[in-house]
This record gives sequence, structure tokens and C-alpha cells, in this order.
Amino acid sequence: MTKQMFRTVSSVLAMGVSVLASPALAKSDITIAMQLEPPHLDPTSAAAQAIDSVVYTNVFEGLTRFMGDGSVVPGLAEMWEISDDGTVYTFTLRDGVTFHDGTTMDAEDVKFSLDRATAEDSANAQKALFAGIESVEVVDPLTVKVTLSEPNGSFLFNLAWGDAVIVAPESIDGIKTNPVGTGAFAFGEWVQGDNITLNRNPNYWGDEPALETATFKFISDPTAAFAAMMAEDVDAFDNFPAPENLPQFEADPRFKVLVGSTEGETILSTNNKQPPFDDIRVRQALAHAIDRQAIIDGAMFGYGTPIGSHFAPHNPAYVDLTGNSAYDLEKAKALLAEAGFADGFETTLHLPPPSYARRGGEIIAAQLAEVGITAEIINVEWAQWLESVFNGKDFGLTIVSHTEPMDIGIYARPEYYFQYDSTDFQALMATLNSTTAPEERAKILGEAQRVIANDYVNGYLFQLAKLGVAKAGVQGLWENAPTAAIDLTAISWNE
Amino acid sequence: MSRNLILGACLSSLVLLAALVSFVWTPYNYATLNIPDKLQPPNAMHWFGTDHFGRDIFSMIMVGARTSIAVALVAVGIGMALGVPLGLAAAARKGSWSDELIMRGNDLVFAFPSLVIAILITAVFGAGAVNAIIAIGIFNIPVFARITRGAALSLWEREFILAARVAGKGAARISAEHILPNVANLLIVQGTIQFSLGILAEAGLSYVGLGAQPPTPSWGRMLADAQTMVSFAPHLALIPGFAIIVTVLGLNLLGDGLRDWLDPRIRVARA
Repeated sequence: MTKQMFRTVSSVLAMGVSVLASPALAKSDITIAMQLEPPHLDPTSAAAQAIDSVVYTNVFEGLTRFMGDGSVVPGLAEMWEISDDGTVYTFTLRDGVTFHDGTTMDAEDVKFSLDRATAEDSANAQKALFAGIESVEVVDPLTVKVTLSEPNGSFLFNLAWGDAVIVAPESIDGIKTNPVGTGAFAFGEWVQGDNITLNRNPNYWGDEPALETATFKFISDPTAAFAAMMAEDVDAFDNFPAPENLPQFEADPRFKVLVGSTEGETILSTNNKQPPFDDIRVRQALAHAIDRQAIIDGAMFGYGTPIGSHFAPHNPAYVDLTGNSAYDLEKAKALLAEAGFADGFETTLHLPPPSYARRGGEIIAAQLAEVGITAEIINVEWAQWLESVFNGKDFGLTIVSHTEPMDIGIYARPEYYFQYDSTDFQALMATLNSTTAPEERAKILGEAQRVIANDYVNGYLFQLAKLGVAKAGVQGLWENAPTAAIDLTAISWNE
Repeated sequence: MSRNLILGACLSSLVLLAALVSFVWTPYNYATLNIPDKLQPPNAMHWFGTDHFGRDIFSMIMVGARTSIAVALVAVGIGMALGVPLGLAAAARKGSWSDELIMRGNDLVFAFPSLVIAILITAVFGAGAVNAIIAIGIFNIPVFARITRGAALSLWEREFILAARVAGKGAARISAEHILPNVANLLIVQGTIQFSLGILAEAGLSYVGLGAQPPTPSWGRMLADAQTMVSFAPHLALIPGFAIIVTVLGLNLLGDGLRDWLDPRIRVARA
């Protein structure tokens, strides 16, 4: 044996030994399935939740951010100072943050992002979040001063939304197909109709995530979702569309089921301007004719928390108002008779595709029939729903889950699709916006919940549950959904 | 009478009977939800079990038979009412421009995949039983037009038609008085086959959500609803599936049997 050969052999042996000696490498890639594919990847110009699910905190970050428990913590802003009158916020940005294309993230980018969101021609889906911003000033590269026209107690919360992430002027043109952000993961590839891949960002300012790559796979059909999960084609399903299949996953040691809360108030939305729903007695009758528990059991197989107003039960300011609209057929019939509809009336019930709406709608139609109301079921796709119900306001009743966090403010917008116009409520929201003390805010929020519950604006059904399914070894998935997000930075494998 | 004919007639009348009885009696109200009793397997109280809303599946199948039969019957009726006169007219003026127009128009409808066009029609004009009937009916027109024309053409060559012409009868009268009675057998057989295809088409449209809308029960929608629950409540899918099989099998056997029974050549051979 020549010397050369001996060296080669020994080094190969040494390599083998070192591989054996090192701890087993944890898996560093994951495939997460979700039901809807995002229309594009710009969270600052569309309301689609699927966009946030893919890019929020992964690709794009804001000045502040949501954690899995719903708390708001510093993001790209390391700290901030609020002036005594509550109108001037001075943010100190983290140093050394770069976008995925190598450009530096500084105060100019923050000013650009906020100015873009507040601009006259802004395409932002949540313009109300930025409504109070009067000016954004660059003090130095790492300091930004935001001046509000009046105090806004929820400003830091607003900045945590996916709609308020920081984008760069250099890469804004391609944002819809090639998003460039500051997050721990950079955009990799989008196979339209199938999946999106994100890769770890080696220059991330924060802690290095455990995952190297993540693939988001889009599976819209509930039957296919069940099959993909059972066959272990995907490692996790963000929000499993068929609650009836969860007991099977629970019984299977290969999987775990994560049941948490979302910000989705599922409501029987009522067109407050369309007769007979312009009569509060009719709306109250609707509320008493609905048996919430039957809907939760029948449509969601028991997953969901009854609500009596448009507010999430896990929020500290929540007031339980379910008793206000308890299931009471006699009362419902009496109210209808009083309003002049002793024999009931006919209306339409538009149902978008999710099973909470389709199944819930069948149950509600049957329940309304008990008090003489004939609700004609019209099944619609989301595009049709947006066109005829949300924008066209051509509907009687519809079922939809309002998944934006803390969105009770929509009731202060008379042009919003259910067309509730109450000066009392609008005044209450104005007071809320100018209040910063937490106890005061909780009190006002409680009052706001009562006002809409007493006006029976909509039928309040239940808080949508987040039903996650994952392989047993996946750690760190968000159990709750304070906002639509699949936070990859927290996910790791434990096998 | 053949075995096919008897078996087909029995199965078909079973379904028809279920549909007719459902007008006056069902074990439970098909629309009544009873969520605490959901997903029961077949038992003494609920012969076919209950669905995910606790509705009685036996009652739903009975009323669903009504939906299926009504849609298929009216659709075949549309096809016959429009297709047969078109076929007769085309045959009466064989080779004329109107014959060409009618038959090429038929080819046009034939050329499209029927279910796809049915989906288009219901998607544009809205989902519902009436639009499903129209969609299925349109595709029955060329079937009847073609079969009527084909049979009528050979009849026009026969001596008794020549005799009728010599007697001074016009084309319309000959078609109605001499041609139609002689193609009736054929139409009955074809009608039975088209009827079973109509049942399938209705189930298909309902399955994709474009047929009869809830709360009206429909076998196709029952199948679609059962999809995610097959693994733990197989009866939800098996029972409506079986109902469709029985109906379609029954109608096909009936059609085959009728053809054998009504066909004069075979009848002569038998005698």
C-alpha cells in the first residue's frame, strides 16, 4: 500500500467516524399546506389572508410585530418614545438590517413604506390603520419620527399588521412576484397553482431559524387535504378545512392536532339597509331564532366558541353578551309579529365556500324556517361574494368570518357592506382612538360590544377555531392565530 | 318478456314508488335537523342512518328520488318535445336547406361535452334545479332529432307512405299520422336510456353544487357532502351511491328489455 493511498483511506475512515460521532442532524426543511393560494405576494396592497400566511414575519417585517400569543413586540424598531400628548412617535431602528437584495434598511425605507400606505392613490387594504398619520420624518438613518393628527392608542398595534410591513423603494416594482423584505426567509420560487418555497436568509439580523427551507403547498379540496396529510405528503396543515377529520388525526400517534383561537368572528351578516332588516325588531328576532351551539356542533363538529358581539373571547376586554341573543323561539316569533311579519318573510342567504358558511348556512336556514322566515340559499364563490355581497351590497343575509384582529371599528363605517349607521357607535370609536390608557380603552371596547349587541346589527355566531394538524415532531407552530401568519422562525423538528 | 325487462321494471318502479310515496309520507321530515343525533349508522329508528346534521337519510333518499326523477323526466320531455318534431321535419324534407340546418345545428350541440356545457349554463344563469333541467334538456334535443330522422327516412321510402302521398296528404300530416306512430317504439326505448343519463347528469351537477339547492335533497349533493366523512361514516356515501346505481341500472335494463320486446323483427322471430 502506497503512502498516498493509505492517507486517502485513513481520511475516509476519519470522515466516517466524524459523521457517526456528530449528533444526528435535525431535519431542516418543512412542507406546510394551506387551503388558499395567495393572488400575489404583496401584503401591503391586498386583503387576502393567504399573502400574510406566507410572507408575514418570514419575508417581510414591520416596525412592530405580533407574537403567537397576540402580544405586540418590537420588530424592526428596536425601541420608541411617545410624546406626552401621544401624537409623536420616535422610533429607533435596528442597526445593520439589510433587505434580501443586500440594500440597507434605514429610516428612508420606513418613510417610503408609510408614505406609500397613506398616499392618496394607496392600494393598501387597511388604510384605516394609517389614517391618523400626519407626517413621517427621517431624523437620521436610524431614527424616524411619526406625527399623528390626534392620539391613537392602537398605533403600535396597527403597525404590527401585515399591511404595515417595511418595503424598499428599490424592489417595490417586483414585489407581487418577487418580494424582497428583511425577514429570516427570502423568497425562493413560486410554482403557480402548487407551491411557494422560501429559503433561509443567511444575513438575518436576528436569531438564525432552525429551518433552512420551507415550502407552502396549496390544497383547496378538503378530501385532498385529508389524503395529503394521511399520506405524510405534507408536514403540517395550517388551518385544516375539515373539522370532522380531526378526531382521526388525534387518534393517530403520527400526528398532533392544535386547536386554538383565531381573530375570526363568524357572523350572520345582515344587510341593515334592506327591508325588513332595517327594523331592529326583525334583527332581534333573527338573533333569538338562531341556536349557536347547534351551528358549532353541526358545522364545526364542536370547534368554536359562542360569541354575542363582534369581539374575540380571548381578548382581555371581552364582555360575554351571548345571553343578549339567547336561543328563544317564542320571543323571536313575538318580535316578528310585533314588526308585522307574523307569517314570516322571504330573504336570501349568500354562502361563500368555507364549510363554516356552507354547512352553517344550511343549519341557519332550517332554524329560520322554524319562525317562518324562508331564507333561499345561494352558494357563491369568493369572487362572486366580493362582487355582489361585499361591494354590491346586494344581499339579505350572508355568513362570513371576519378574521382581521380587533376589527370592531368596521361598525363605525356606514358604507361597510352590512351598512350599520349609528352615530353613537361612531362617537364611541372616536373616543377609543383618542384614548391610550389600557383600562379606559377596555371600558370603551366593552361599551362598543354592548352597543352593537343591543342593536342586533348582525347575528353573532361563534369565534372561528384554528384547527392545525402537524406531524408529531414539528415544534413551534402557532396554536392561535392573532393574525394570519405561519411564523417559520419559531418552527423546528424534534425527532 | 325477458328477465331484463322484468328486473328493470321492478327496480325502476321501486324508485318511482319511493318518489311518489314521499309526497304523502316519509319516516321523518327530510329537512328537520337534529344535530345531537348526527352520523348514526343504519338502525331500527333510522333505517339508513342519519347524516352530519342528524337528518334521516331514508327520508332524504325518498325525496331525493323525487328530485332526480323530476329533473330527468322534464329534461327528457324537453328533448322529445323539441327533438322529435325537428327530426320529423328534417326527414320530410330530406336534403333541403332546412334539413341541413337542423342536422348541422344538432351536430353543433353534439360536439360539445354535455356536462361541461351544463356546468357553463348553470354557472352563468345560477345554480338550481330549473337551470339543471334546461341544461340537461338541451342535450337531449339532438339525440331525439337524430334518432327520429334516421328512422323516419327509411319509412319515407315505404309503399304505405307513397300511398298516403298519392291520397293527397301533406308532409306534415303524413309525419304526424304515419311516421310518428311507427317511430314511437324507438323513442320510448331511447327515452328510457336518456332518462337514466338524465339521472346521472343531475347527480353530477348536484355533486359539483350546480343542481338542486339545499335544503332540497339531491343524491349527488349527498355524495359530495359525504366526501370528507367516508372514512368514519361510510353509509353517508354508500347509500346515495347505491340509490343512483339502482336507478340507472333499473332504467337501462328496462330500456334494453323494452327494445327487445318492442322490436318487430324480434317479435316476428318469437312468433
